[in-house]
Amino acid sequence: MAVNTGLAHLSDALFTTAIATYSLAMACYTAEYAFGRRGRVAATSRAEARVLVGAGGPSVEQPVAEAPARRSSTRRAAGERLGRLAVVLTVLGAAIHLGSIALRGVAADRVPWGNMYEFSSVAGVIAILAFLGALWRAPQIRYIGVFVMLPVILLMFLAGTVLYAKDAPLVPALQSYWLAIHVTAAAGSEGILITSAVFTVLFLIRQRYDAVTAGAGRLRFPVTLGARLPAPETLDKVAYRTVAFAFPIYTFGVIAGAIWAEAAWGRYWGWDPKETWAFIAWVIYAAYLHARATAGWKGRSAAWINLLGFGAMTFNFFVVNIVISGLHSYAGLN
Amino acid sequence: MRAQATRYVRLAWRRLISMRTALVLLFLLALASVPGSLLPQRPLNPAKVDAYLRTHGGWGRFLDRIGMFDVFGAAWFAAIYLLLFVSLAGCLVPRIRQHARAVARKPLPAPKNLDRLPESGGFASGDTPAAYARAARAVLGRRWRIVQRDEPDGVVTLSAEKGYTRETGNLLFHVALLTALVLIAVGRLFSYQGSVIVQQGQGFCNSPTAYDSWRPGRMAADGRIGPAPFCIDSLNQFTATYLTDGEPSKFSADVTYSKVLPDGTDGPAIHHTITVNHPLRLEGDRVYLINHGFAPKVTVRMPDGSVQQDQATFLPTDPSTFLSDGAFQEQGPQGAGKDVGIEGFFAPTPAVGNDGGVTSASPQVDNPVLGIFVYEGTLNPNGLPQSVYSLNKAELHRIGQANLRIGQTARMPNGIAVTFDGWVPWVSLQVSHDPTQGYLLIVAVTAVVGLIGSLAVRRRRLWLRITPAPAGKPDSPTVVAVGGLARSDTGNFTTEFAGVLSRLRDAATLIEPALVGAGKE
Repeated sequence: MAVNTGLAHLSDALFTTAIATYSLAMACYTAEYAFGRRGRVAATSRAEARVLVGAGGPSVEQPVAEAPARRSSTRRAAGERLGRLAVVLTVLGAAIHLGSIALRGVAADRVPWGNMYEFSSVAGVIAILAFLGALWRAPQIRYIGVFVMLPVILLMFLAGTVLYAKDAPLVPALQSYWLAIHVTAAAGSEGILITSAVFTVLFLIRQRYDAVTAGAGRLRFPVTLGARLPAPETLDKVAYRTVAFAFPIYTFGVIAGAIWAEAAWGRYWGWDPKETWAFIAWVIYAAYLHARATAGWKGRSAAWINLLGFGAMTFNFFVVNIVISGLHSYAGLN
Repeated sequence: MRAQATRYVRLAWRRLISMRTALVLLFLLALASVPGSLLPQRPLNPAKVDAYLRTHGGWGRFLDRIGMFDVFGAAWFAAIYLLLFVSLAGCLVPRIRQHARAVARKPLPAPKNLDRLPESGGFASGDTPAAYARAARAVLGRRWRIVQRDEPDGVVTLSAEKGYTRETGNLLFHVALLTALVLIAVGRLFSYQGSVIVQQGQGFCNSPTAYDSWRPGRMAADGRIGPAPFCIDSLNQFTATYLTDGEPSKFSADVTYSKVLPDGTDGPAIHHTITVNHPLRLEGDRVYLINHGFAPKVTVRMPDGSVQQDQATFLPTDPSTFLSDGAFQEQGPQGAGKDVGIEGFFAPTPAVGNDGGVTSASPQVDNPVLGIFVYEGTLNPNGLPQSVYSLNKAELHRIGQANLRIGQTARMPNGIAVTFDGWVPWVSLQVSHDPTQGYLLIVAVTAVVGLIGSLAVRRRRLWLRITPAPAGKPDSPTVVAVGGLARSDTGNFTTEFAGVLSRLRDAATLIEPALVGAGKE
């Protein structure tokens, strides 16, 4: 069971290339966000709303100073082109990224998500794919790709530096086909939930922006970003749909973990720290799904619950794996 | 007075089963779980709890008193989830009744003005109302539940509804959760778990007295259920395989086991290999390979000249190098003060440590060293139970120390000599029993299926009013008005409705363009 080092190195190289490609894509999304057509439309409609609201109210500084001003059509076309280029780069990056993951598995002849580096890599590519999937259904959200690329690139950077582990065969505790099932479900749902968290943050920004522009208060970063974001209802809906999609997968992942735990440790549930935090995150996301259907909790409160769930999930990955010792330290028998 | 009390109770009950209360309880449940992961827990690691109590004094004792070291067994934790489940049950019962009624009931009659619905549209058709109604039903297909009603003046309406599965799935999921809680509780009653260290060549039978650690559920503790009758006759061989970098690649325990037959005799001996992730499953019990280690063998010449052979289980103190600690206890004649105690360490691959002493470099065995500290005196002066991994040195005095390779002998004063003869591996086996876990799996799968239904299926209502040409105007077309309502999860209902509308329009027989204007677009 030796590791093919040539392939392993190629996988590492592809990983770096994927980060570079995503970064280029992010630059293009940013450019489109700044000059793009969508951005202009959002800004204009917002400014019109301002005029209406401001009619009887106190005079407030014009928030989007130059938004309704004329913008040359060449600039608009450039924004459009950059946006398309960004999507092409994202797809290319995802393909390279998938190649890196596949080669890593081939090199060691095993499922390529046996440690934190590999898990982050898989969750990252799933987040990208989830965004591309959302894009497929709602092409108008393209220009906010920058907000999805940013956390993914950060995650991959962390993975490539702090969490990096050399390709190696699996320890006995991980030698089970449940690794493929349990960890795939976990990484998949967590990748999708990253996307959901991004849309939730954007929703909160946009809502705050609306509140500030409708009443008093000063616009400051990051609320200023709200000027060019889609309507809060759209953002809220995308955030909800992604959680609704990921939650059953997450639940399945936890159950698959319980089945594996029964085979490996002699009990399906033992309140190991990892299990406890998976439970906590699950309960919080369940609360989110309920809150969204409850009067008085809809909107902002529900959005914060979503972020709380994401916080618990992130804590479970970073803090529980690195700081708190438990059975999931990938040690098993030793 | 009585009426008032009833009112308060009713009010409290209604509050309890409200969604807000459920949300608060969900948060409490999440919050209450946090200390269970941050503080050491007695069921998982009692030694860590003791260490915490030693270093944290009054604060630790306070935490202990409020159950912080067994959060998931604490009364307040149980209170939260029981309240949550009572609230859930209280909410479920009326919803199940309501849903059953909705399923049994026909879709509601069409409202007067379909264009007041969130989504609406219309078109003209060349068919008679009855013929178009037939065509529309064919277009909608079996996914919609459709009821056709006749209104005055030959008007036909269709009421269509779909997505009942959403609420069915929702209810199924929550009922499954309740069932799971009951099954877990029953499992706790009927389960047991024992673990035992077995040196290569030894065996044990499945009985409480055989175990080093025995954790029975209520029924097993009361003796109302007994462990399944089988014996692991012998651990024939334990094999640990390592990669070149010292990372383990495979652990396997080759055992011979036999079931005890109903007539009390032993069944045939069967060979089986237990590995990590692959327990031995028999008679509803599972036998797991949990841990392993080394048991060094020594020959001790006692002060009176007699010779004793011994092998003792040493426990790994460093999980990555398997440097292990343990003790040998050799009793001399009773009360003579001539017992020999040996404390020591076992280094599978010896190396020189930072402090200049011997340590281990790898868990693989390569010319191992047994480091010993030899004591003479009385081993167990007060006769109380004593750890087998260390010595009670109250009445012992050290007479020497040595680092031995296999075959070497250390000579001590008073004629005492210790020879390191070799080692055998030991494994820690765990026997677990939980009769409910198979049912629990079924319930869990049901829950996921219900969850998918409740999140993926969308509840929709659709009405068609098909109005024939007014009397006396036989050339006018039939007019079809369509209205739609999303009862849950609006999603992209506008696009969805537009799709249905265009399919319904395509089902209509085309009429001459001149007449199209009469249709209500």
